[in-house]
Amino acid sequence: MDLALAPETLARWQFGITTVYHFLFVPLTISLAALTAGLQTAWVRTEKEKYLRATKFWGKLFLINIAMGVVTGIVQEFQFGMNWSDYSRFVGDIFGAPLAFEALIAFFFESTFIGLWIFGWDKLPKKIHLACIWMVSLGTVLSAYFILAANSWMQHPVGYRINEERGRAELTDFWQVLTQNTALTQFFHTITAAFLVGGAFMVGIAAFHLARKKHVPVMRSSLRLGLVVMIIAGLGTAISGDLLGKVMFKQQPMKMAAAEALWDGEAPAPFSVFAYGDVEKGHNKVAIEIPGLLSFLANDDFTSFVPGINDVNKAEQEKFGPGDYRPNIPVAYWGFRWMIGFGMASLGIGMLGLWLTRKRFLLPPALRTGEDEVPHLVLFKKALSPRWARMYWLVALWTMCFPLIANSWGWIFTEMGRQPWVVYGVLRTRDAVSPGVSQGEVLTSMIGFTLLYAVLAVIEVRLLVKYVKAGPPELTEDDLNPPTRIGGDGKNPDRPMAFSY
Amino acid sequence: MELHDVWFVLIAVLWIGYFFLEGFDFGIGVLTKLLARDRKERRVLINTIGPVWDGNEVWLLTAGGATFAAFPEWYATLFSGFYLPLLLILICLIVRGVSFEYRHKRPEERWQTNWEHAIFWTSLIPAFLWGVAFANIVRGVKIDQDMEYVGSLFDLLNVYSILGGLVTLTLFTFHGAVFASLKTLGDIRDRSRALATRLGVVTAVLALVFLIWTQVSRGDGWSLIAMAVAVAALVAALGCNLAGREGWSFALSGITIAAAVAMLFLTLFPNVMPSSLNDAWSLTVTNASSTPYTLKIMTWCAGVATPLVMLYQGWTYWVFRKRIGTQHIADAH
Repeated sequence: MDLALAPETLARWQFGITTVYHFLFVPLTISLAALTAGLQTAWVRTEKEKYLRATKFWGKLFLINIAMGVVTGIVQEFQFGMNWSDYSRFVGDIFGAPLAFEALIAFFFESTFIGLWIFGWDKLPKKIHLACIWMVSLGTVLSAYFILAANSWMQHPVGYRINEERGRAELTDFWQVLTQNTALTQFFHTITAAFLVGGAFMVGIAAFHLARKKHVPVMRSSLRLGLVVMIIAGLGTAISGDLLGKVMFKQQPMKMAAAEALWDGEAPAPFSVFAYGDVEKGHNKVAIEIPGLLSFLANDDFTSFVPGINDVNKAEQEKFGPGDYRPNIPVAYWGFRWMIGFGMASLGIGMLGLWLTRKRFLLPPALRTGEDEVPHLVLFKKALSPRWARMYWLVALWTMCFPLIANSWGWIFTEMGRQPWVVYGVLRTRDAVSPGVSQGEVLTSMIGFTLLYAVLAVIEVRLLVKYVKAGPPELTEDDLNPPTRIGGDGKNPDRPMAFSY
Repeated sequence: MELHDVWFVLIAVLWIGYFFLEGFDFGIGVLTKLLARDRKERRVLINTIGPVWDGNEVWLLTAGGATFAAFPEWYATLFSGFYLPLLLILICLIVRGVSFEYRHKRPEERWQTNWEHAIFWTSLIPAFLWGVAFANIVRGVKIDQDMEYVGSLFDLLNVYSILGGLVTLTLFTFHGAVFASLKTLGDIRDRSRALATRLGVVTAVLALVFLIWTQVSRGDGWSLIAMAVAVAALVAALGCNLAGREGWSFALSGITIAAAVAMLFLTLFPNVMPSSLNDAWSLTVTNASSTPYTLKIMTWCAGVATPLVMLYQGWTYWVFRKRIGTQHIADAH
């Protein structure tokens, strides 16, 4: 079957759909693993029951989520070979290694210790059981690092040479691939963005229960933890985003010019707040701008020259031959804005929340609350009216989605902003696709994955809602008396398992 | 022995690890319909692999990732060439993983039954398809001078490859039944031993035909030794199962899998994917491999990480060493 499409179009759509979908689960997995581990640490250290209940509650949501992250990740490991075989042949010598490292080091960690954690409540002593969830968390972070090192090489190839005879890129310096500034800043940015997702998730669900005055001690602690994480992660995202932006201005000027719809280079260059333009003719019809700010984002001053889309396009034509080297400008421009907008909105709402629910600082003593009371929302000296309080809880609940939207657009922006290259300056996307796979086959798999993922999304969200509403579980005697020996205490050989499928 | 030969062996080891471990997982999945009489028994079976199936599956991801890194051409040709069967395997593995995690999360009868059907089919289909895939690799497929697969889906379905699929399906199910007899208590333990005997006989007949066919058409002295080990281990596994030596039986069914996979790799070497069109177009350990530099880095990583993985995965099996029976499955799910 042949469609009137470029051979890479469907493969790109499939990669986009499966990867954006996969990445809805990834940041939540990374952050919830660490947050659950933190809560369990608090339980082990303080023996306060609310921390154990919180661990079980967030742990359950974490498991529902990671299940989806794991299974959608399998596709990622094989999709390069299936749909991008010429890419795999060309870059395998370099790109394969971090992927193999990821599997050997990170995936084994995650998957083995998660089994121990899920089934280990009545099989492992308290501290060893706690160590297991920390190992899972370590696995998620290592996994992020290796895959981002691989992606960074596509953004900014280093430590390689081209072997003309074999027609491929070959690794010359693996250390450089792992430690180049693109990899380090992307890692910093992605991890902080992941924690923004987890923080907002915790805050949203805690707000849902607190608005209903339910499960107050657990949700109060969760709210606070979530808010602090949101703010630290939000600030971290902003700082790392700025660093990554500066790196990108140097390494991929086209991506950043497209992000700003800056058609022709300017000195000083303005930051675009809103633009509407004509891609064919290469100019904006409407533009609202902040003078000099783009120069600052690119080069830390308010006066320097920043090259525009038309300049870079011309330079690349001279370097790589005739052709259009511009990515999809509206996607890059708006993707960049949705990323920053939704990310920073979450940070703002988190800051507001931490101020409103403060415990003591500048808070009239009469408005201070105990551990089992819903905190008052206090703007200055007086608590917010019930209507406004409800409004804040509702906003906090919806803010759960914001960092996820920001994460998705961030990836769409950085990947689409690199086009027409799959490896910047080295390999074009159209030369990367599998020549032997027909359009019909790609269409089959694309429809298959999309339908399956849609069904699973409905199932997953409904399960999450069910378990969110159910709230933290009541603790049993067994929960409070974990075994002291590995393999379980064996007091009663017929005792049911603490957890079973 | 050059580094690409070392990596040929390591890739074989990863696939052996995968089939040894997920072999019994697939088998358990198939047995949920073949052996279990009610939901409690199905849950006993599923819970024997509960803490470990995820770690077992990572052997596949590692085999995939390591092939990408060590033999990019092999990775590219294999996965783009076997596109639709691989798609089916991936879809099964996606649904299967979710089934284990979600089945017990709602009390509704229909919800649980649907996921149980899913566990059965998504275990059975990959167990069969992996055999089809490996038989085709060994048999040789239509690969052109550019290392591209130029055959169709139907070229992958032939008597030899379907026999290969039936061998992996029955062998994994046998392996699973032996595992079940080792890990369960009570009535289901006795029945899994009885079923293992019957499955073992069927497996032995199919495997013998398939392995002899393989040996006659492309074997050498080394593959003959591997075949002898596989056959002897299978017969011994059956004997131990009859004698009630469950631990030995499981070790031996594992050796059967390891030796059979080793035999397939031995018949391949030095090819990794022979072309049925022209011998000169075959992918070999030389023309499909990465540079010595990449292989050296990979060797270090695998040399340190693999023993560590075996150590902590082994520890997991020790933590969950107790047998489980219906009495250990709580009602409230």
